[in-house]
Amino acid sequence: MNATAPSKKAKAPRTAMPEQDPKVRARNFEEVALGYTPEMAAAEAARCLQCKKPACRKGCPVEIDIPAFIKQVAAGDLDAAYGVIRETNSLPAVCGRVCPQETQCEGSCILGKKGEPVAIGRLERFVADSYLARSACETVTGTPACSMARDDLKVACIGSGPSSLTCAGYLAARGIPVTVFEALHEVGGVLVYGIPEFRLPKGVVRQEVQAMKALGVEFRTNWVGGKTITVPELLESGYDAVFIGVGAGLPRFLGIPGENLIGVFSANEYLTRVNLGRAYKFPATDTPTFPGKHVVVFGGGNVAMDSARTAMRLGAEKVSLAYRRTEHEMPCRREELHHAKEEGLEILCLNAPLEFIGDDKGRLTAIAMQKMMLGEPDDSGRCAPVACQGDTCTLEADMAIVAVGTGANPLISQSTPGLSTYRRGYITADPETGETSIRNVFAGGDIVTGAATVISAMGAGRRAAKAIAERLLGAAAADPPQARAADDPADA
Amino acid sequence: MPTRILRKRKLIPGQTSELVLEAPHIAAKARPGNFVILRVWEDGERIPLTIADADPTAGTITLVYLIMGKTTAHLDTLDAGDFLLDVCGPLGKPTEIHKLGGPVICVGGGTGIAAMHHIAKGHHMAGNHVVTIIGARCEDLLLFRDELCSFCPEVLISTNDGSCGRQGFVTDLLVERLTEDKTVAEVVAIGPVPMMRAVAEATRPFGVKTTVSLNSIMVDGIGMCGACRVSVGGETKFACVDGPEFDGHKVDFDGLAARLTSFKEQERISYEEFRKSHECHCSK
Repeated sequence: MNATAPSKKAKAPRTAMPEQDPKVRARNFEEVALGYTPEMAAAEAARCLQCKKPACRKGCPVEIDIPAFIKQVAAGDLDAAYGVIRETNSLPAVCGRVCPQETQCEGSCILGKKGEPVAIGRLERFVADSYLARSACETVTGTPACSMARDDLKVACIGSGPSSLTCAGYLAARGIPVTVFEALHEVGGVLVYGIPEFRLPKGVVRQEVQAMKALGVEFRTNWVGGKTITVPELLESGYDAVFIGVGAGLPRFLGIPGENLIGVFSANEYLTRVNLGRAYKFPATDTPTFPGKHVVVFGGGNVAMDSARTAMRLGAEKVSLAYRRTEHEMPCRREELHHAKEEGLEILCLNAPLEFIGDDKGRLTAIAMQKMMLGEPDDSGRCAPVACQGDTCTLEADMAIVAVGTGANPLISQSTPGLSTYRRGYITADPETGETSIRNVFAGGDIVTGAATVISAMGAGRRAAKAIAERLLGAAAADPPQARAADDPADA
Repeated sequence: MPTRILRKRKLIPGQTSELVLEAPHIAAKARPGNFVILRVWEDGERIPLTIADADPTAGTITLVYLIMGKTTAHLDTLDAGDFLLDVCGPLGKPTEIHKLGGPVICVGGGTGIAAMHHIAKGHHMAGNHVVTIIGARCEDLLLFRDELCSFCPEVLISTNDGSCGRQGFVTDLLVERLTEDKTVAEVVAIGPVPMMRAVAEATRPFGVKTTVSLNSIMVDGIGMCGACRVSVGGETKFACVDGPEFDGHKVDFDGLAARLTSFKEQERISYEEFRKSHECHCSK
């Protein structure tokens, strides 16, 4: 189907997605991008050329069969479309919203060479949003209950972010009971404490988690891996395998004078207060946040964008983002940069902080800044920022948010004898299987690679889950249950 | 999973209470010096409280709190049989406890006496001679006196008004003791920042190892945000994972005291709202 003259289709413009007005949304926490209607989704799906060798699929870290699900969207069969996506992706409603598609699936789409690529992320989101009310078990396995459940096996996942959730979902769909241990009081990792409501509504995460509970995944919150329970204790108490997906949540600071002044926050603290603590509703909620008037955010990634846009929504008069390189090098999602500028964010490129300056009460009042220029390419392949000697200035600010990256939290490695780590505490894991230096202990996501994307963490969770399933069930039984939903009688 | 309150005891009516919680997985692991993070209700904040005692056999932990704002006031509306929404722990590094060559002096002030109790008990179990010094404004505000007397060979008391023990400050007793006893191996101090600072300054001339347990603002308690950061010997440390106990002679107490005032205004607003709604509720 849809095999008519590709050249004409290539000219059809990408279907726009409705959004909240920038003036209105800059002061609220409602989702900015509103999603496709069924008509918009059908129109966008019809643009797909249904390539025989789809480059988009290679561009997706979990290799969703993109043409297959889009074909079902065009045909109006959302059940089948969801089934195709869920074969490889446990969190489609999340990924459709937060993946940097421009460097992944959409960046590889053939239509993007001459015009605009198919809006794969928006279509994935549309399918998942339309489908979330349904039983996950039915969708993944084709049966209403997980009849193949094994009571002789069990796997523990430490952490409940994207990598662990993906690992748990994959195993549970194959009948292996999974217990997820989460240190915080809510499940979802960065999806609940990091990414704000206006980009990823928490209701979406809760629904995905609910779908996993329906698959039989048990969640234990307030259990700190390495403190309340350790990896050796899990193995001793009868877990057949352990997956470590604890992320890279240790904030990095700048190491410059004045960093402990009142008003200087790590992005993790600021976002955790607002998102997990719902401080934007204070005092109806108890977690306070800091009422910054002049806010400066340091960094150029998604975390910096999220912090800046959050500060705006909490009533800051002026929010500036200082970055050592230029806009071109910013690692954030392009759509977020675009949205942030529409909402009034000031960008100060080629600027680095020298010192935080405070008053006699220990409160931040200003920041001394150093002008930078781009020099030779460094290890990352990007041009290294070099200080323009003598070119400094002072910015007035009562709040600063440091979003210059995170490191590995040592709680797990400190409490697990024999677990190999490399480079500042990241866990060493086999790139193919995710297995660590300890047999039957696997790891994936940011705790292995350092801070990366939601979808790459999910890819790692899926690879590890596959390896675990192969070891516990044998190779044949561990294969995905095929495109059962896609080949359903519904299609016949 | 909600945590059941088994017992509640009002230590100082309207001010300080003790809760015994059913938390076997925390009790099994809790060591002196550890703390928990708890949340009272759905829209509640996360606050840290030191584990004042743990009984692995009974599967219980004991917490002591001072009512000083919204969350602790809200916590105090709960009673035996009620549930706490979230209790997470044990967190932080345990106190370093070894058999020492001389006595250990454990100094406690205010609610800090409860935290000090667990540590003093740990030192006692390790075979150390434990001297405890506790202080308060007046006799009625002294906590855990009987508990401490049950295992400590020496419990020294000071009150500001002289209603019990020596009139004055805990540091007066401490300096006296250090002057007459040169064998003291370590001093541990837990209480308000000014008290811990005073203890650190009092022991500095004697060159006695001094450990303080810091009470900085915390959010997650597992090292992922840095809200609790404090400068120790010129280096930034996270109290929740690197501490909460540090060398008292190296801690930047001024920085700690300033950071504790970060949300003073918001804390006032929150507490006032709570008191208003609570009064309205009572008068109905």
